[in-house]
Amino acid sequence: MMMAKIDVTNLNLCYDKVKVLYSINMMFTANSVTALIGPSGCGKTSFLRTLNRLNDTVPGVKVDGTIKLDGLNIYKDMDEIKLRKKVGMVFQKPNPFPMNIYDNVAYGPKIHGITNKKILNEIVERSLKQAFLWDEVKDRLSKSALSLSGGQQQRLCIARALAVEPEVILMDEPTSALDPIATSKIEELILKLKESYTVIIVTHSMQQAARISDFTGFFLLGNLVEYKETKKLFKSPDDDRTKGYINGIFG
Amino acid sequence: MRITKKGEENLRLYIYISALITLGIVLWILGHILINGIIKVDWKVALEDKAILPSLINTFYIVLLSVLITAPIGIGAAIYLNEYAKEGKFVSLIRYSTQSLAGIPSIIFGLFGMIFFVTNLKLKWSILSGALTLSIMILPIIIRTTEEALKTVPITLKEGSLALGASKIETIYKVILPTALPGIMVSIILSVGRVIGETAAVYLTAGMVPRLASSIFDSGRTLSVHLYILAKEGISFELAYFTASILIIFILIINIISNCLGKIVNKKLKGN
Repeated sequence: MMMAKIDVTNLNLCYDKVKVLYSINMMFTANSVTALIGPSGCGKTSFLRTLNRLNDTVPGVKVDGTIKLDGLNIYKDMDEIKLRKKVGMVFQKPNPFPMNIYDNVAYGPKIHGITNKKILNEIVERSLKQAFLWDEVKDRLSKSALSLSGGQQQRLCIARALAVEPEVILMDEPTSALDPIATSKIEELILKLKESYTVIIVTHSMQQAARISDFTGFFLLGNLVEYKETKKLFKSPDDDRTKGYINGIFG
Repeated sequence: MRITKKGEENLRLYIYISALITLGIVLWILGHILINGIIKVDWKVALEDKAILPSLINTFYIVLLSVLITAPIGIGAAIYLNEYAKEGKFVSLIRYSTQSLAGIPSIIFGLFGMIFFVTNLKLKWSILSGALTLSIMILPIIIRTTEEALKTVPITLKEGSLALGASKIETIYKVILPTALPGIMVSIILSVGRVIGETAAVYLTAGMVPRLASSIFDSGRTLSVHLYILAKEGISFELAYFTASILIIFILIINIISNCLGKIVNKKLKGN
């Protein structure tokens, strides 16, 4: 096995007194797509949000265990700003800022100190091309991002995340608010993205997990029940609970 | 129990009538004042009132000064309450005191201003004393409405910014404040309206002299105070109507300007 991009050991998470994750151990390889599946409330989104420390903003949250990114502990060896530059995120509902398209994409690079107009232009163009949105918006970069369709908005959010040149991209049900055509576009995009990024995606759709992921982890009640190659997990799950879930018996 | 068709019609009628009454009252008051103050008024008499223009300018000074003093403090406090404060005793104390502050009758602010600013701080009856007093009075309005505006910014926008590696303060300045800006403008317009209309707190602190204040340390009456004196002392109802009309038009102009400003800012933010 290649060296782990992200290595999670014994991760526990509580909100106030409610325990949400129970000693999760998980490894993510670079340049792969990993899907996290499981019924609502199983802790998969909470888990995803610890990987970029976005849970830190929730009052009363407690995390223990270690998460290493390229061998560095994300809670000790780096601050959250550095971490989030390397680990980008795409949310469940498209959340473009109420600015124009250009400024949305340029927001991240500007925050990280890039002021040169020419370089910014290049970054915006490259990111929008990577997100397969360039051709649709290149003539109206100064138009409001809110004037785009839902699927376009989500691709804009992906472009916005790509613009800060992350190494890992976390996606929290990125297609759940989109129609099938927009969904298939995003799925295509994810498959392209794994050539240069590590993608971790939370999804409610098992078909989606099967279509796009290399590895799949099944979460249930805060436990990681089973985690292996997607093909194996769907063909021959070891655990009865996994079997039950993927066959639609519960969940 | 289902509402019957007849009941539905009655309910609809009731709603329409309520709307009509509200509209009617507004139109009636506006019409009454504008007809008596602009159309029926004897312009010779009206233009002879040499106190109106100075009062108008004094009002403008007081509005500008009190908003300049309060807006930064109020918006800052609202940001603190909404983004930084952890719910606890201290925060509920701040919330409770802003709420109490909003409920205090304006004459009490006037009394306080007269004793504290005018006498103790030796600012005398002046535009500055008036503006400081009114600043305290409108602080809760600005804090509360700004807080409401900040609350309407979806948390997903905030997280979107944080997830890109922006710090909390960058997120506040670049995403949250611009998104909440229209609401914050409303809070300022509301407080401007309150300042323009205030009488009691102003004549106790800025004085009643019918003249143009030469500086903020000088005293002078505002339009509302002028109107109050005209009506109360029975000097001239004709002039009182005229003054009231000017007051209304002044408020209207301020509303229109801030509305346009809001639209321009919004357009700039969101792109065309």
